Amino acid sequence: MIRLAPYLFAAFFLVLWEIAVRVSGVPEYLVPGPVAIVGAFRADPLLFLTSLASTLGVTATAIVVSAVLGVVLALVMQASPLARAAFQPWTVVLQVTPIVAIAPLVIVWVGDPFASVVICATIIAFFPVFSATAAGLAAAPADLLDLFRLNGAGRWATLRLLRLPVALPYFLAGLRISGGLALVGAVSAEIVAGSGGVASGLAYRILEAGYRLQVARMFAALALLSASGVAINAALGALAHALLRRRGEA
Amino acid sequence: MLTLDRLGRRFANGTQALQGASLRIGQGDFVALLGPSGCGKSTLLRLIAGLDAPDQGRLVWDGGAAPAPGEIGFVFQDATLLPWADAADNVFLPLRLRGRDRRSAAPEIQAALARVGLERFAQARPRELSGGMRMRVSIARALVTRPRLLLMDEPFAALDEFTRFRLQEDLLTLWRELGCTVVFVTHSTYEACFLARRIVLMTPRPGRIATEIDSSLSHGPETRLAPAYTALVAEVTHAMQAAMSSPPPPGPGDAPR
Repeated sequence: MIRLAPYLFAAFFLVLWEIAVRVSGVPEYLVPGPVAIVGAFRADPLLFLTSLASTLGVTATAIVVSAVLGVVLALVMQASPLARAAFQPWTVVLQVTPIVAIAPLVIVWVGDPFASVVICATIIAFFPVFSATAAGLAAAPADLLDLFRLNGAGRWATLRLLRLPVALPYFLAGLRISGGLALVGAVSAEIVAGSGGVASGLAYRILEAGYRLQVARMFAALALLSASGVAINAALGALAHALLRRRGEA
Repeated sequence: MLTLDRLGRRFANGTQALQGASLRIGQGDFVALLGPSGCGKSTLLRLIAGLDAPDQGRLVWDGGAAPAPGEIGFVFQDATLLPWADAADNVFLPLRLRGRDRRSAAPEIQAALARVGLERFAQARPRELSGGMRMRVSIARALVTRPRLLLMDEPFAALDEFTRFRLQEDLLTLWRELGCTVVFVTHSTYEACFLARRIVLMTPRPGRIATEIDSSLSHGPETRLAPAYTALVAEVTHAMQAAMSSPPPPGPGDAPR
Protein backbone atom coordinates (compact mmCIF):
# COMPACT_ATOMS: atom_id res chain seq x y z
CA MET A 1 0.00 0.00 0.00
CA ILE A 2 2.83 2.40 0.89
CA ARG A 3 4.46 1.72 -2.51
CA LEU A 4 1.21 2.63 -4.26
CA ALA A 5 0.66 5.77 -2.16
CA PRO A 6 2.36 8.28 -4.54
CA TYR A 7 0.45 6.91 -7.55
CA LEU A 8 -2.85 6.94 -5.71
CA PHE A 9 -2.21 10.49 -4.56
CA ALA A 10 -1.36 11.57 -8.14
CA ALA A 11 -4.53 9.97 -9.51
CA PHE A 12 -6.64 11.59 -6.78
CA PHE A 13 -5.02 14.99 -7.42
CA LEU A 14 -5.52 14.80 -11.21
CA VAL A 15 -9.17 13.81 -10.89
CA LEU A 16 -9.76 16.62 -8.39
CA TRP A 17 -7.96 19.08 -10.71
CA GLU A 18 -10.10 18.06 -13.73
CA ILE A 19 -13.32 18.32 -11.72
CA ALA A 20 -12.35 21.73 -10.33
CA VAL A 21 -11.52 23.09 -13.81
CA ARG A 22 -14.79 21.83 -15.31
CA VAL A 23 -17.00 22.91 -12.43
CA SER A 24 -15.46 26.39 -12.12
CA GLY A 25 -15.55 27.03 -15.87
CA VAL A 26 -12.10 28.68 -15.77
CA PRO A 27 -10.87 29.20 -19.37
CA GLU A 28 -8.31 26.74 -20.77
CA TYR A 29 -5.82 29.52 -21.58
CA LEU A 30 -5.60 30.25 -17.83
CA VAL A 31 -5.75 26.82 -16.19
CA PRO A 32 -6.14 23.76 -18.43
CA GLY A 33 -7.26 20.44 -16.93
CA PRO A 34 -5.25 17.22 -17.22
CA VAL A 35 -7.39 16.05 -20.16
CA ALA A 36 -6.59 19.23 -22.13
CA ILE A 37 -2.87 18.86 -21.29
CA VAL A 38 -2.82 15.29 -22.59
CA GLY A 39 -4.69 16.55 -25.67
CA ALA A 40 -2.02 19.22 -26.28
CA PHE A 41 0.69 16.54 -26.12
CA ARG A 42 -1.19 14.19 -28.43
CA ALA A 43 -1.66 16.99 -30.96
CA ASP A 44 2.09 17.10 -31.66
CA PRO A 45 3.87 14.24 -29.87
CA LEU A 46 6.87 14.16 -32.20
CA LEU A 47 7.77 17.78 -31.50
CA PHE A 48 7.49 17.24 -27.75
CA LEU A 49 9.53 14.04 -27.81
CA THR A 50 12.23 15.62 -30.01
CA SER A 51 12.49 18.51 -27.57
CA LEU A 52 12.56 16.05 -24.67
CA ALA A 53 15.39 14.13 -26.36
CA SER A 54 17.31 17.39 -26.83
CA THR A 55 16.97 18.35 -23.16
CA LEU A 56 17.79 14.85 -21.97
CA GLY A 57 20.85 14.76 -24.24
CA VAL A 58 22.13 17.96 -22.64
CA THR A 59 21.29 16.64 -19.17
CA ALA A 60 22.98 13.27 -19.67
CA THR A 61 26.10 14.92 -21.10
CA ALA A 62 26.21 17.35 -18.18
CA ILE A 63 25.84 14.49 -15.66
CA VAL A 64 28.74 12.59 -17.22
CA VAL A 65 30.97 15.67 -17.53
CA SER A 66 30.22 16.87 -13.99
CA ALA A 67 30.84 13.36 -12.60
CA VAL A 68 34.20 13.10 -14.36
CA LEU A 69 35.25 16.64 -13.46
CA GLY A 70 33.98 16.28 -9.87
CA VAL A 71 35.88 13.04 -9.28
CA VAL A 72 39.08 14.30 -10.93
CA LEU A 73 39.08 17.56 -8.97
CA ALA A 74 38.25 15.74 -5.71
CA LEU A 75 41.19 13.37 -6.35
CA VAL A 76 43.54 16.24 -7.10
CA MET A 77 42.45 18.08 -3.95
CA GLN A 78 42.77 14.91 -1.87
CA ALA A 79 46.30 14.35 -3.17
CA SER A 80 47.54 17.91 -2.81
CA PRO A 81 46.85 20.30 0.09
CA LEU A 82 48.11 23.10 -2.15
CA ALA A 83 45.51 22.28 -4.81
CA ARG A 84 42.87 22.05 -2.08
CA ALA A 85 43.76 25.50 -0.78
CA ALA A 86 43.79 26.91 -4.31
CA PHE A 87 40.56 25.39 -5.66
CA GLN A 88 38.20 25.04 -2.70
CA PRO A 89 37.06 28.69 -2.48
CA TRP A 90 36.46 28.81 -6.24
CA THR A 91 34.26 25.75 -6.24
CA VAL A 92 32.05 27.52 -3.69
CA VAL A 93 32.00 30.66 -5.85
CA LEU A 94 30.85 28.49 -8.75
CA GLN A 95 28.14 26.97 -6.59
CA VAL A 96 26.64 30.23 -5.33
CA THR A 97 26.72 32.17 -8.61
CA PRO A 98 23.26 32.06 -10.28
CA ILE A 99 23.43 30.25 -13.61
CA VAL A 100 21.17 32.82 -15.29
CA ALA A 101 23.89 35.39 -14.55
CA ILE A 102 26.62 33.28 -16.18
CA ALA A 103 24.65 31.72 -19.04
CA PRO A 104 24.65 34.76 -21.38
CA LEU A 105 28.43 35.03 -21.06
CA VAL A 106 28.93 31.32 -21.70
CA ILE A 107 26.66 31.47 -24.77
CA VAL A 108 28.53 34.48 -26.17
CA TRP A 109 31.96 33.01 -25.51
CA VAL A 110 31.32 29.39 -26.57
CA GLY A 111 29.03 30.04 -29.54
CA ASP A 112 27.88 26.47 -30.12
CA PRO A 113 24.37 26.19 -28.57
CA PHE A 114 24.70 22.55 -27.44
CA ALA A 115 28.12 23.07 -25.85
CA SER A 116 26.94 26.31 -24.18
CA VAL A 117 23.92 24.65 -22.60
CA VAL A 118 25.99 21.63 -21.51
CA ILE A 119 28.53 23.94 -19.84
CA CYS A 120 25.80 25.79 -17.96
CA ALA A 121 24.17 22.55 -16.83
CA THR A 122 27.57 21.19 -15.78
CA ILE A 123 28.28 24.29 -13.68
CA ILE A 124 25.06 23.63 -11.77
CA ALA A 125 25.52 19.86 -11.51
CA PHE A 126 29.21 19.82 -10.68
CA PHE A 127 29.24 20.90 -7.03
CA PRO A 128 27.23 18.10 -5.32
CA VAL A 129 29.15 15.28 -6.97
CA PHE A 130 32.46 17.03 -6.36
CA SER A 131 31.84 17.87 -2.70
CA ALA A 132 30.38 14.43 -1.94
CA THR A 133 33.33 12.66 -3.57
CA ALA A 134 35.81 14.89 -1.76
CA ALA A 135 34.07 14.09 1.54
CA GLY A 136 34.14 10.38 0.70
CA LEU A 137 37.84 10.38 -0.13
CA ALA A 138 38.52 12.03 3.22
CA ALA A 139 36.27 9.60 5.11
CA ALA A 140 38.60 6.59 5.15
CA PRO A 141 38.81 5.44 8.80
CA ALA A 142 42.04 6.51 10.49
CA ASP A 143 42.67 2.99 11.83
CA LEU A 144 42.47 1.52 8.33
CA LEU A 145 44.82 4.20 7.01
CA ASP A 146 47.22 3.20 9.80
CA LEU A 147 46.85 -0.45 8.84
CA PHE A 148 47.72 0.38 5.23
CA ARG A 149 50.79 2.34 6.39
CA LEU A 150 51.89 -0.51 8.65
CA ASN A 151 51.81 -2.85 5.69
CA GLY A 152 53.84 -0.54 3.52
CA ALA A 153 51.00 0.58 1.22
CA GLY A 154 51.82 3.51 -1.06
CA ARG A 155 49.46 6.32 -2.04
CA TRP A 156 48.20 4.50 -5.13
CA ALA A 157 47.39 1.29 -3.24
CA THR A 158 45.69 3.30 -0.47
CA LEU A 159 43.65 5.20 -3.04
CA ARG A 160 42.66 2.12 -5.04
CA LEU A 161 41.97 -0.28 -2.18
CA LEU A 162 40.67 2.07 0.51
CA ARG A 163 39.87 5.67 -0.37
CA LEU A 164 37.99 5.01 -3.63
CA PRO A 165 35.86 2.15 -2.25
CA VAL A 166 35.03 4.24 0.84
CA ALA A 167 34.12 7.20 -1.39
CA LEU A 168 31.82 5.21 -3.70
CA PRO A 169 28.57 5.61 -1.67
CA TYR A 170 29.34 9.33 -1.20
CA PHE A 171 29.94 9.74 -4.95
CA LEU A 172 26.70 7.96 -5.79
CA ALA A 173 24.70 10.12 -3.37
CA GLY A 174 26.26 13.26 -4.86
CA LEU A 175 25.61 12.01 -8.40
CA ARG A 176 21.92 11.53 -7.59
CA ILE A 177 21.63 15.16 -6.49
CA SER A 178 23.67 16.30 -9.49
CA GLY A 179 21.32 14.42 -11.83
CA GLY A 180 18.34 16.55 -10.83
CA LEU A 181 20.43 19.72 -10.87
CA ALA A 182 21.75 18.93 -14.36
CA LEU A 183 18.16 18.95 -15.62
CA VAL A 184 17.48 22.26 -13.83
CA GLY A 185 20.70 23.68 -15.30
CA ALA A 186 19.84 22.46 -18.79
CA VAL A 187 16.38 24.05 -18.68
CA SER A 188 17.72 27.32 -17.23
CA ALA A 189 20.39 27.56 -19.92
CA GLU A 190 17.91 26.67 -22.66
CA ILE A 191 15.65 29.48 -21.51
CA VAL A 192 18.53 31.97 -21.58
CA ALA A 193 19.79 30.63 -24.91
CA GLY A 194 16.28 30.67 -26.35
CA SER A 195 17.51 28.78 -29.39
CA GLY A 196 14.81 27.83 -31.91
CA GLY A 197 14.49 24.99 -34.35
CA VAL A 198 13.16 21.44 -34.19
CA ALA A 199 16.07 20.18 -32.06
CA SER A 200 15.64 22.78 -29.32
CA GLY A 201 14.74 21.65 -25.83
CA LEU A 202 11.62 21.55 -23.73
CA ALA A 203 12.41 24.92 -22.17
CA TYR A 204 12.02 26.52 -25.56
CA ARG A 205 8.64 24.76 -25.98
CA ILE A 206 7.55 26.32 -22.67
CA LEU A 207 8.69 29.79 -23.76
CA GLU A 208 7.09 29.41 -27.19
CA ALA A 209 3.77 28.21 -25.74
CA GLY A 210 3.82 31.02 -23.19
CA TYR A 211 4.17 33.67 -25.89
CA ARG A 212 1.15 32.15 -27.68
CA LEU A 213 -0.94 31.70 -24.52
CA GLN A 214 -1.04 27.93 -25.21
CA VAL A 215 -1.02 27.10 -21.54
CA ALA A 216 -1.95 23.44 -22.07
CA ARG A 217 1.22 23.01 -24.18
CA MET A 218 3.23 24.70 -21.43
CA PHE A 219 1.84 22.23 -18.91
CA ALA A 220 2.52 19.32 -21.27
CA ALA A 221 6.20 20.35 -21.55
CA LEU A 222 6.35 20.87 -17.78
CA ALA A 223 4.88 17.43 -17.16
CA LEU A 224 7.54 15.89 -19.40
CA LEU A 225 10.25 17.77 -17.50
CA SER A 226 8.89 16.58 -14.15
CA ALA A 227 8.68 13.00 -15.40
CA SER A 228 12.26 13.29 -16.69
CA GLY A 229 13.47 14.52 -13.30
CA VAL A 230 11.77 11.60 -11.56
CA ALA A 231 13.19 9.15 -14.11
CA ILE A 232 16.75 10.52 -13.76
CA ASN A 233 16.52 10.32 -9.98
CA ALA A 234 15.15 6.77 -10.13
CA ALA A 235 17.79 5.66 -12.66
CA LEU A 236 20.67 7.04 -10.60
CA GLY A 237 19.11 5.54 -7.46
CA ALA A 238 18.91 2.15 -9.21
CA LEU A 239 22.53 2.47 -10.33
CA ALA A 240 23.60 3.22 -6.74
CA HIS A 241 21.53 0.32 -5.43
CA ALA A 242 23.00 -2.11 -7.97
CA LEU A 243 26.60 -1.05 -7.33
CA LEU A 244 26.27 -1.06 -3.55
CA ARG A 245 24.32 -4.33 -3.50
CA ARG A 246 27.24 -6.02 -5.25
CA ARG A 247 29.33 -4.92 -2.27
CA GLY A 248 26.67 -6.10 0.17
CA GLU A 249 25.92 -2.57 1.34
CA ALA A 250 22.55 -1.75 -0.28
CA MET B 1 63.50 -7.41 20.84
CA LEU B 2 62.96 -3.73 21.57
CA THR B 3 64.08 -1.11 24.06
CA LEU B 4 62.16 2.10 24.66
CA ASP B 5 64.59 4.68 25.95
CA ARG B 6 62.98 7.68 27.74
CA LEU B 7 60.33 8.20 25.08
CA GLY B 8 58.34 11.45 25.12
CA ARG B 9 55.58 12.73 22.88
CA ARG B 10 53.98 16.16 22.94
CA PHE B 11 51.10 16.80 20.52
CA ALA B 12 50.64 19.92 18.42
CA ASN B 13 48.01 21.22 20.86
CA GLY B 14 50.61 21.20 23.64
CA THR B 15 49.41 18.05 25.39
CA GLN B 16 52.30 16.05 26.80
CA ALA B 17 50.95 12.53 26.21
CA LEU B 18 54.06 10.64 27.18
CA GLN B 19 57.13 11.51 29.21
CA GLY B 20 60.33 9.57 29.85
CA ALA B 21 58.85 6.14 29.13
CA SER B 22 61.52 3.45 29.28
CA LEU B 23 60.77 -0.23 28.80
CA ARG B 24 62.45 -3.39 27.58
CA ILE B 25 60.36 -5.83 25.55
CA GLY B 26 61.90 -9.24 25.02
CA GLN B 27 61.29 -11.75 22.23
CA GLY B 28 58.18 -13.81 23.06
CA ASP B 29 57.01 -11.48 25.86
CA PHE B 30 53.36 -10.84 26.57
CA VAL B 31 53.33 -7.32 27.98
CA ALA B 32 50.19 -5.51 29.10
CA LEU B 33 50.26 -1.71 29.20
CA LEU B 34 47.79 -0.84 31.94
CA GLY B 35 46.58 2.60 32.92
CA PRO B 36 43.63 4.97 32.98
CA SER B 37 42.17 6.49 29.81
CA GLY B 38 44.35 9.22 28.36
CA CYS B 39 47.57 8.05 30.01
CA GLY B 40 49.40 7.57 26.72
CA LYS B 41 49.07 3.79 26.32
CA SER B 42 47.83 4.04 22.74
CA THR B 43 50.41 6.74 21.98
CA LEU B 44 53.13 4.40 23.18
CA LEU B 45 51.74 1.62 21.01
CA ARG B 46 51.69 3.91 17.95
CA LEU B 47 55.31 4.90 18.61
CA ILE B 48 56.31 1.22 18.74
CA ALA B 49 54.41 0.58 15.50
CA GLY B 50 56.16 3.47 13.78
CA LEU B 51 52.84 5.21 13.13
CA ASP B 52 54.07 8.21 15.12
CA ALA B 53 57.49 9.54 16.04
CA PRO B 54 58.72 10.45 19.54
CA ASP B 55 59.78 14.00 20.39
CA GLN B 56 62.22 12.77 23.00
CA GLY B 57 64.07 9.51 23.51
CA ARG B 58 64.45 6.68 21.05
CA LEU B 59 63.34 3.17 20.17
CA VAL B 60 66.14 0.68 19.78
CA TRP B 61 65.34 -2.55 17.96
CA ASP B 62 67.55 -5.58 18.60
CA GLY B 63 69.65 -6.02 15.49
CA GLY B 64 69.42 -2.32 14.72
CA ALA B 65 66.79 -2.27 11.99
CA ALA B 66 63.11 -1.54 12.56
CA PRO B 67 60.75 -4.34 11.47
CA ALA B 68 59.81 -4.49 7.79
CA PRO B 69 56.18 -4.00 6.70
CA GLY B 70 54.16 -6.99 7.80
CA GLU B 71 56.47 -7.87 10.69
CA ILE B 72 54.26 -5.87 13.03
CA GLY B 73 50.61 -6.87 13.37
CA PHE B 74 48.16 -4.33 14.80
CA VAL B 75 44.73 -5.00 16.24
CA PHE B 76 42.65 -1.89 16.91
CA GLN B 77 39.90 -1.29 19.44
CA ASP B 78 37.33 -1.66 16.66
CA ALA B 79 37.68 -4.48 14.18
CA THR B 80 38.09 -1.89 11.34
CA LEU B 81 37.32 -4.34 8.56
CA LEU B 82 36.62 -3.36 4.98
CA PRO B 83 32.80 -3.53 4.94
CA TRP B 84 32.63 -4.40 1.23
CA ALA B 85 35.04 -7.34 1.51
CA ASP B 86 34.31 -10.77 2.95
CA ALA B 87 36.27 -12.24 5.87
CA ALA B 88 38.79 -13.97 3.59
CA ASP B 89 39.47 -10.79 1.59
CA ASN B 90 39.88 -8.81 4.81
CA VAL B 91 42.44 -11.32 6.04
CA PHE B 92 44.11 -11.22 2.61
CA LEU B 93 44.55 -7.42 2.77
CA PRO B 94 48.05 -7.26 4.40
CA LEU B 95 49.32 -9.89 1.95
CA ARG B 96 47.76 -8.02 -0.97
CA LEU B 97 49.47 -4.81 0.12
CA ARG B 98 52.75 -6.70 0.02
CA GLY B 99 52.14 -7.75 -3.58
CA ARG B 100 50.87 -11.30 -3.07
CA ASP B 101 48.21 -12.69 -5.39
CA ARG B 102 44.99 -14.12 -4.02
CA ARG B 103 45.46 -17.67 -5.30
CA SER B 104 48.92 -18.22 -3.85
CA ALA B 105 47.84 -16.67 -0.53
CA ALA B 106 44.74 -18.87 -0.17
CA PRO B 107 46.37 -21.46 2.17
CA GLU B 108 47.64 -18.72 4.50
CA ILE B 109 44.25 -17.01 4.56
CA GLN B 110 42.51 -20.29 5.32
CA ALA B 111 45.04 -21.11 8.05
CA ALA B 112 44.66 -17.66 9.65
CA LEU B 113 40.87 -17.99 9.67
CA ALA B 114 41.13 -21.52 11.07
CA ARG B 115 43.42 -20.25 13.82
CA VAL B 116 40.62 -17.97 15.07
CA GLY B 117 37.89 -20.58 14.45
CA LEU B 118 36.28 -18.87 11.48
CA GLU B 119 37.17 -21.19 8.61
CA ARG B 120 33.47 -21.69 7.84
CA PHE B 121 32.87 -17.93 7.61
CA ALA B 122 35.42 -17.06 4.93
CA GLN B 123 32.75 -15.75 2.57
CA ALA B 124 30.82 -13.77 5.21
CA ARG B 125 30.83 -10.00 5.05
CA PRO B 126 31.52 -8.05 8.27
CA ARG B 127 27.89 -7.03 8.74
CA GLU B 128 26.93 -10.72 8.74
CA LEU B 129 29.28 -11.41 11.67
CA SER B 130 28.88 -10.73 15.39
CA GLY B 131 31.16 -8.24 17.18
CA GLY B 132 33.28 -11.09 18.55
CA MET B 133 33.59 -12.72 15.13
CA ARG B 134 34.59 -9.41 13.54
CA MET B 135 37.33 -9.06 16.13
CA ARG B 136 38.48 -12.61 15.35
CA VAL B 137 38.76 -11.64 11.68
CA SER B 138 40.77 -8.59 12.73
CA ILE B 139 43.12 -10.81 14.76
CA ALA B 140 43.43 -13.24 11.82
CA ARG B 141 44.29 -10.29 9.57
CA ALA B 142 47.00 -9.21 12.00
CA LEU B 143 48.42 -12.74 12.20
CA VAL B 144 48.31 -13.68 8.52
CA THR B 145 51.74 -12.17 7.86
CA ARG B 146 53.15 -14.12 10.84
CA PRO B 147 54.34 -10.93 12.57
CA ARG B 148 57.20 -10.95 15.05
CA LEU B 149 55.38 -8.37 17.14
CA LEU B 150 51.63 -8.15 17.71
CA LEU B 151 50.33 -4.82 19.03
CA MET B 152 46.77 -4.77 20.40
CA ASP B 153 45.01 -1.56 21.39
CA GLU B 154 42.16 -2.46 23.77
CA PRO B 155 40.83 -4.98 21.24
CA PHE B 156 38.21 -6.52 23.53
CA ALA B 157 37.00 -3.36 25.26
CA ALA B 158 33.79 -3.08 23.22
CA LEU B 159 32.79 -6.74 23.57
CA ASP B 160 30.45 -8.37 26.06
CA GLU B 161 32.03 -10.23 28.97
CA PHE B 162 31.34 -13.76 27.66
CA THR B 163 32.91 -12.99 24.27
CA ARG B 164 35.78 -11.12 25.91
CA PHE B 165 36.63 -14.04 28.20
CA ARG B 166 36.60 -16.50 25.30
CA LEU B 167 38.74 -14.26 23.08
CA GLN B 168 41.22 -13.72 25.92
CA GLU B 169 41.64 -17.48 26.27
CA ASP B 170 41.96 -17.91 22.50
CA LEU B 171 44.56 -15.13 22.37
CA LEU B 172 46.67 -16.89 24.98
CA THR B 173 46.46 -20.13 22.99
CA LEU B 174 47.53 -18.31 19.82
CA TRP B 175 50.39 -16.59 21.62
CA ARG B 176 51.69 -19.94 22.90
CA GLU B 177 51.33 -21.54 19.46
CA LEU B 178 52.88 -18.75 17.44
CA GLY B 179 55.54 -17.60 19.89
CA CYS B 180 55.27 -13.98 18.81
CA THR B 181 55.72 -10.99 21.10
CA VAL B 182 52.50 -9.29 22.22
CA VAL B 183 52.05 -5.77 23.58
CA PHE B 184 48.48 -5.45 24.79
CA VAL B 185 46.95 -2.12 25.83
CA THR B 186 44.10 -2.28 28.31
CA HIS B 187 42.51 -0.29 31.11
CA SER B 188 41.22 -3.44 32.78
CA THR B 189 43.30 -4.74 35.67
CA TYR B 190 41.54 -8.11 35.43
CA GLU B 191 42.32 -8.43 31.73
CA ALA B 192 45.97 -7.42 32.18
CA CYS B 193 46.44 -9.88 35.04
CA PHE B 194 44.78 -12.73 33.15
CA LEU B 195 46.72 -12.27 29.92
CA ALA B 196 50.15 -10.82 30.53
CA ARG B 197 53.44 -12.24 31.70
CA ARG B 198 54.44 -8.69 32.56
CA ILE B 199 52.11 -5.86 33.55
CA VAL B 200 53.43 -2.36 32.95
CA LEU B 201 51.56 0.30 34.93
CA MET B 202 51.33 3.81 33.53
CA THR B 203 50.54 7.02 35.37
CA PRO B 204 47.87 9.56 34.35
CA ARG B 205 48.94 12.19 31.82
CA PRO B 206 51.70 12.85 31.14
CA GLY B 207 52.05 9.08 30.78
CA ARG B 208 55.06 7.58 32.51
CA ILE B 209 55.90 4.02 33.35
CA ALA B 210 55.25 3.73 37.08
CA THR B 211 56.20 0.14 37.69
CA GLU B 212 56.36 -3.32 36.16
CA ILE B 213 54.92 -6.45 37.75
CA ASP B 214 55.83 -9.91 36.55
CA SER B 215 53.23 -12.65 36.51
CA SER B 216 53.82 -16.37 36.75
CA LEU B 217 50.14 -17.24 36.63
CA SER B 218 49.51 -20.67 35.14
CA HIS B 219 46.40 -20.83 32.99
CA GLY B 220 43.67 -23.40 33.27
CA PRO B 221 39.86 -23.58 33.26
CA GLU B 222 39.66 -22.18 36.81
CA THR B 223 42.30 -19.45 36.50
CA ARG B 224 39.84 -16.60 37.00
CA LEU B 225 38.80 -18.11 40.35
CA ALA B 226 42.29 -19.09 41.48
CA PRO B 227 43.71 -17.41 44.62
CA ALA B 228 46.94 -16.62 42.72
CA TYR B 229 44.93 -14.63 40.15
CA THR B 230 43.01 -12.77 42.85
CA ALA B 231 46.24 -11.99 44.65
CA LEU B 232 47.82 -10.67 41.44
CA VAL B 233 44.79 -8.45 40.79
CA ALA B 234 45.12 -7.09 44.35
CA GLU B 235 48.84 -6.45 43.93
CA VAL B 236 48.31 -4.64 40.63
CA THR B 237 45.37 -2.66 42.04
CA HIS B 238 47.50 -1.43 44.98
CA ALA B 239 50.36 -0.54 42.64
CA MET B 240 47.95 1.31 40.36
CA GLN B 241 46.55 3.29 43.30
CA ALA B 242 50.08 4.30 44.21
CA ALA B 243 50.84 5.24 40.60
CA MET B 244 47.68 7.35 40.33
CA SER B 245 48.63 9.39 43.37
CA SER B 246 52.30 9.89 42.48
CA PRO B 247 53.06 13.47 41.42
CA PRO B 248 54.41 13.99 37.89
CA PRO B 249 58.15 14.69 37.67
CA PRO B 250 59.16 18.24 36.82
CA GLY B 251 59.11 18.84 33.07
CA PRO B 252 61.90 20.52 31.17
CA GLY B 253 60.03 23.86 31.31
CA ASP B 254 59.18 23.78 35.03
CA ALA B 255 60.94 26.43 37.12
CA PRO B 256 62.62 25.29 40.37
CA ARG B 257 60.84 26.35 43.55
